[in-house]
Amino acid sequence: MSVSAFLRAMLTTLRQSWAGLRQWPASDVAPLVLFIVFALIPVFAGTGAEIYLLSLFTRVMIFAIAALALDLIVGYGALVSFGHAAFVGLGAYAVGILASHGISEILLALPLAIVVAGLFAFATGLVCLRTKGVYFIMITLAFGQMAFFTASSLAPYGGDDGLTIRARDTLLGFAILKNDRALYYAVFACLLGAYLLCRAIVGSRFGRVLRGARENPIRMASIGFEVFRYQLIAYVISGALAGLSGFLLANATSFVSPAYMSWQRSGELIIMVVFGGLGTLYGAIIGTAAFLLTEEWLSGLTEHWKVIFGPLLVLVVVFARGGLVGSAAKLAHWLGDDPVGRGKESAAAIQADILRRAQALRTLASGHSARLRPLMHTCCNGAGRAARRLRDEIAGLSSQLTRRFRGG
Amino acid sequence: MSGGPQALPVAVGARREAIVGLMSLSLLLVQTLNGLQLGVLLFLIAAGLTLVFGVMDFINLAHGVQYMLGAYFAVMFYALTGNFLLALVLALLAALAFGLLLEFSIFRHLYDRDHLDQVIATFGIIIFLNQAVKLVWGAAPLSLPMPEILSGSVSLMPGLIYPVWRLVIITSGLAVAALLYGLVTYTRVGMLVRAGATNAPMVSALGVDIRRLFMIVFGFGTMLAAFAGVMIAPILSVEPGMGDTILILAFVVIVIGGVGSIRGAFLAALIIGLVDTLGRSFSVDILRLFMAPSPARTVGPALASMLIYLLMALVLYFRPTGLFPAKGR
Repeated sequence: MSVSAFLRAMLTTLRQSWAGLRQWPASDVAPLVLFIVFALIPVFAGTGAEIYLLSLFTRVMIFAIAALALDLIVGYGALVSFGHAAFVGLGAYAVGILASHGISEILLALPLAIVVAGLFAFATGLVCLRTKGVYFIMITLAFGQMAFFTASSLAPYGGDDGLTIRARDTLLGFAILKNDRALYYAVFACLLGAYLLCRAIVGSRFGRVLRGARENPIRMASIGFEVFRYQLIAYVISGALAGLSGFLLANATSFVSPAYMSWQRSGELIIMVVFGGLGTLYGAIIGTAAFLLTEEWLSGLTEHWKVIFGPLLVLVVVFARGGLVGSAAKLAHWLGDDPVGRGKESAAAIQADILRRAQALRTLASGHSARLRPLMHTCCNGAGRAARRLRDEIAGLSSQLTRRFRGG
Repeated sequence: MSGGPQALPVAVGARREAIVGLMSLSLLLVQTLNGLQLGVLLFLIAAGLTLVFGVMDFINLAHGVQYMLGAYFAVMFYALTGNFLLALVLALLAALAFGLLLEFSIFRHLYDRDHLDQVIATFGIIIFLNQAVKLVWGAAPLSLPMPEILSGSVSLMPGLIYPVWRLVIITSGLAVAALLYGLVTYTRVGMLVRAGATNAPMVSALGVDIRRLFMIVFGFGTMLAAFAGVMIAPILSVEPGMGDTILILAFVVIVIGGVGSIRGAFLAALIIGLVDTLGRSFSVDILRLFMAPSPARTVGPALASMLIYLLMALVLYFRPTGLFPAKGR
């Protein structure tokens, strides 16, 4: 068997198995696999390197929450926040400051972290959201820097050097986060919750308005949506989620410092989101894992790992458009593409939609008064005719497509 | 002799007050000059940044690295030639060559991408070059000696002594600003640059080779940043990462000034330079007028560091596209 024949056979097998998997949309499979892997890490990490792997993946999941929060506004709202590390830092400082006063109650620290970050997002969002594009990037950076310098000047709480937290937070006096494994699963639960929340938001009417405003804010405003309010709410949700990430970070590292809020940290968060693939949510999680694991791996190889990491970033941007998720989708597309099938699917969907609408119109008309009825019927018949015409046209196009691709 | 013992303390007090007044006046002047010097330096960097951004719609985070490279090249060529002027010229040429190499190999592929991609790719270049500089020249800070003749201080007025080199930076920066103004206002390339900042696709549609224009603008911006790096090197230490802080400041400048506007960049650079420097030296004193000394000492430095960001937030609140927006959108 020649090499090329072998490769071709491999490719066929891959295509076929992929075709089976394709029935399930990638936006469901990928996060499912991801969360299963995260859930199983502590099981695999049962041997020697346990602490190391556990703490590494705890970090990954904590930053994944912040990246998710960022993806919610960058990917779905085109609001590129260059100061998101400030929200993480605020959440962390809420824990640190409470702890330095001897309060380490989750029921107090967690809501405080989220509320403080959310309030900061509300106050700054009122100003930031007046600007657009690169000006938005810079003004969020400005507020991030202000938070950074405020934290550096908090002399009673460590100033530049930061603040060590003696013990992790407790729930009603029980040290439930004391065990590293327990902390891991707590973080896991938070990430899962954050992901489901973001997904629900994105899929809701609110999320559709947000996406509409991303594509064309003027049009959204002209059809009656107050774009500013939607964006502000999204910004506050995102900030609050980042605050949650900060709460977890402070507990995981037992340390808080202004460095958590530095602009480099904000830049890294943006890289994580874009690395994975904007506007996919699970891409943010994948991107965070890829970023932190690559960093960990390279820094284990050589002291000068940044010489490799920098060009790697450039290469990813230049060659892998749409991040890791986008590249994977392109690969899948290439492996098991079925344009005719897709065309038929969408044609069928459009047909169904038109018919449904026509039916709805008819029902609407039949409910009206006798005087209106004839008029409505004329309208409906017109719509029905148009729908039929469209349906025929689509059917014609679809058979043309079939002929072109199948050579029939 | 009568009344002498009482009169004497009064006289001493008055004199001390006068001395303190004179000192704080000369301190104010010195700090104003320092602020001017920082402003001029920021302008040299921001001018290139705002043009590249305005004309090419390209966010180049690696601009700060060009400033750092300028300083490093100068140190290297000074060690080779022993002549500051020669080192300056060679460093500028080397920085230009390196900048064009970057433009050819990487940036060219990023012009038609969205801003996020540009930010990340150029961030990658920052990471790479900061570490590469460490590899080549070591992590320890280097220094560049200034020319012998210009190394002293000069007395500007009684009680006000100021280093000559800082005056050299201010004047050379202002000269470059004037040159730039002349180039942009009175030459054909300058006209194209202005047109490009307003509407690049239209300029291209009128038959101008926009890629060549991009290259000229980019090369010029790179040289300006490198020039800033060389000029500041004798005062600061030359070390990896020295471009990062100044880069953020330069971005603040171009955003306050309005992207693409050289006039805006110039004004904003001077404002930022003065506000930052004066804020840092006088914030504690000013705050002490309103509050107790010990909180003033804590709040003052923090307030001083965030003053320029506060200023930027205020400017953007009232003028969401900066002071002198170039784009007619």
